[in-house]
Amino acid sequence: MYFDYAVVLTLTLIGIVLLAGLMGLQKLLAPSNPFARKLMPYECGEPPTGNAWINFNVRFYLIALVFVIFEVEVAFIYPVAAVYLDWVRRGQRWFALSEILIFLLILFVGLIYVWVKRDLEWVKKVPD
Amino acid sequence: MQAWLDSLIARGAFGPHPSPDLIYGAAIAIACALVLFLVAVPFASIVTWVERRVWARIQSRIGPNRVGPNGFLQWLADGFKHICKEDVVPAEADAPLFRLAPYLVVLAFILPWAVMPFASSLILADLNIGILYITAVPALTVIGILMAGWASNNKWSLIGGIRSAAQIISYEIPAGLAIFPVVLMTGTLSMQGIIRAQGWAPDRWFLFANPFCFVAAVILFISGLAENNRTPFDLPEAESELVAGFATEYSSMRYLFFFMAEWGNMFIAAAIVVTLFLGGWQFPAIVQSPRLMNLLQLATFMLKCLFLVFVSMWIRGTLPRVRIDQMMSLCWKYFVPISFINLLGTAVWVAIFPDGNRFTQWLMLSFGVAVVLLFLARVVAFTRRARMELYFHPTI
Repeated sequence: MYFDYAVVLTLTLIGIVLLAGLMGLQKLLAPSNPFARKLMPYECGEPPTGNAWINFNVRFYLIALVFVIFEVEVAFIYPVAAVYLDWVRRGQRWFALSEILIFLLILFVGLIYVWVKRDLEWVKKVPD
Repeated sequence: MQAWLDSLIARGAFGPHPSPDLIYGAAIAIACALVLFLVAVPFASIVTWVERRVWARIQSRIGPNRVGPNGFLQWLADGFKHICKEDVVPAEADAPLFRLAPYLVVLAFILPWAVMPFASSLILADLNIGILYITAVPALTVIGILMAGWASNNKWSLIGGIRSAAQIISYEIPAGLAIFPVVLMTGTLSMQGIIRAQGWAPDRWFLFANPFCFVAAVILFISGLAENNRTPFDLPEAESELVAGFATEYSSMRYLFFFMAEWGNMFIAAAIVVTLFLGGWQFPAIVQSPRLMNLLQLATFMLKCLFLVFVSMWIRGTLPRVRIDQMMSLCWKYFVPISFINLLGTAVWVAIFPDGNRFTQWLMLSFGVAVVLLFLARVVAFTRRARMELYFHPTI
């Protein structure tokens, strides 16, 4: 058990070493000649206008909110799905099935709610 | 791996008084380094050359053919060129975040290799939550890309980063839901467990186990394309509108890291589909020697994965880019409800046939074969009609 997770940790460490090695090689080989005009933000050759840290469109936040709800749901279904076959084999199939059904139904109602509220529309029509 | 090491220690291969922790640590480090340096990094590099050659063929061009035989060493030349370039950090960027972002993206590409099931005994760590791990870890990409887009202090980067984050998180839902049919049928989350539940023959693959699985496999593959920002879903780096998306301000190694991760993730997405639906490394037991058997299984797994990688190159070479509203509605209005129905349908199916249904497997297999034959017939028909405008010789 710990052995398997030690592998994951070691892989992370070796990955970091690989990245650090490549960056170190780059530091050794690459030139470094920064000057003010080179360090300007790239806006297709035009002088940049203003800062880029601006408020962006709210629909990205909506997508992120809907995502959080459904991702948590996906995480919750994993254990249920993993033991489902055991329950079926033990003859409690309709009980297990109805539990999954109830859980999914609640979430499906959520999806329908978001849909009806038109939060899934990328281009929203403003009511006249 | 642990059992094998234990047997070696018991046989006295490491001297009379071995220290198990030291041996474990050394073995793990060597195995991880081998997988990383012999499979992951070379794959992510060489596939750039393969992809450029494949596109060139599709678009009646020649592609890179100067460095090495048929341009094979192009990937090495590109990598070396990137190492020798100046690493520019814009003056107004958030420097620590700007420097950190590519590392996160590459780590998200390196970590899934820990549970990559190459063969029946070639796997770094057969975690009992393998499939959850392999879908959870790549989510680090979102953080990296969002960080890159925001820290660059560039409008192209910001739009690219936010778009990419929205796209990746959206398609994680159908991809996550498309895994459940297989988990319901096997009752395990371990990669090896899922592959062992399938057989080497296509009729025992989960792709053909029931109609829901077939749909789930298609959804999983398309979501994989979208999660890796591949065409037709490459909006985050749409060159014609966003310069290079979140990577606009990046140069040198950091730029290379982003694209190494992107190309490497193609293999990981393909490997997930192969493990879950295409039988993984399953190969008929025609030889006795376990070593030879493992090699054959490794070849089977790699060939299946590379075929799917080739299909994604093929798609990239032929399809135009979709619009962002089309992409979002495809995810939320089609894939998510269909995945829900899939999940439910498989639950009912497993309740009725806990051990699978041979008749449906054969029916689905013949359906799959019919689809492939129809497709090939159309390819042949269109190829006959097409006029060759280039001297078509694959090894120019």
